[in-house]
Amino acid sequence: MLINQFLLLGAFLFATGVYGVLARKNAVLVLMSIELILNAVNINLIAFSLNNGSDVNGMVFALFIIAVAAAEVGVGLAMVLLIYRNRRSIALSELDAMKG
Amino acid sequence: MVAQNIAFGIIAAAMAIGAIRVVTTNNVVHAALWLVVVLGGAAAQYVLLAAEFVAVTQVLIYVGAVIVLFLFGTMLTRARIGRADDLNNRQWPIALVVALALAGTLGYVLIDAFGKHELPKDPAVATTQQVSNSIFSTYLLPFWALSVVLTAALIGAIVLARRD
Repeated sequence: MLINQFLLLGAFLFATGVYGVLARKNAVLVLMSIELILNAVNINLIAFSLNNGSDVNGMVFALFIIAVAAAEVGVGLAMVLLIYRNRRSIALSELDAMKG
Repeated sequence: MVAQNIAFGIIAAAMAIGAIRVVTTNNVVHAALWLVVVLGGAAAQYVLLAAEFVAVTQVLIYVGAVIVLFLFGTMLTRARIGRADDLNNRQWPIALVVALALAGTLGYVLIDAFGKHELPKDPAVATTQQVSNSIFSTYLLPFWALSVVLTAALIGAIVLARRD
């Protein structure tokens, strides 16, 4: 296996996630796109881990990223819930209270 | 090696289709279900890359917990579950240009840097024991910090979502 096939898959997922973050209006969908980005990073980490002879450091980093992503999605969805309760909408384009 | 490449191709194609559907579908619940395809495919890729423990963790945490959270979030924030035509911003074409430029740049750089670089044929597979030894010795302090972060996130989520 080439290392590049995994790295290119990661790059594709990353770009797709960036598109989702920029293009989506629904806050839950933006959080899903962030998960795509984090998974792209994890695939890269594991690929380089194998490239360095199954180095455990890459796997530990990937596990930490998975844990941080779980925390992020918990807090993120709680915030989305709060926004929905206050404004009856989770469209990010309507959150313009701080717009200059 | 051929079998591995075929497996990679099939899983990668499924993941690519899933990722594109996540960011293009008009239905939030369908997006969550397509995300399952991507995350499960990532777990399969980890198995191909000889990282079983990470693969199992991926299935447990992402497919088991995060997707359920997303579905809960969808349920609690939308009165109507189904198609919706207002999920994209007006400036989505610009986002598409940015994403394509990013993919092109990353692809060019990766092909330029790694080209035909092969992964090791028969790597010494890192066992779960080695991974846990590393977590509980080299990475003990980050592990503790992560535990505090998780606790803070848990309490923070409860405080934020509480109704009072």
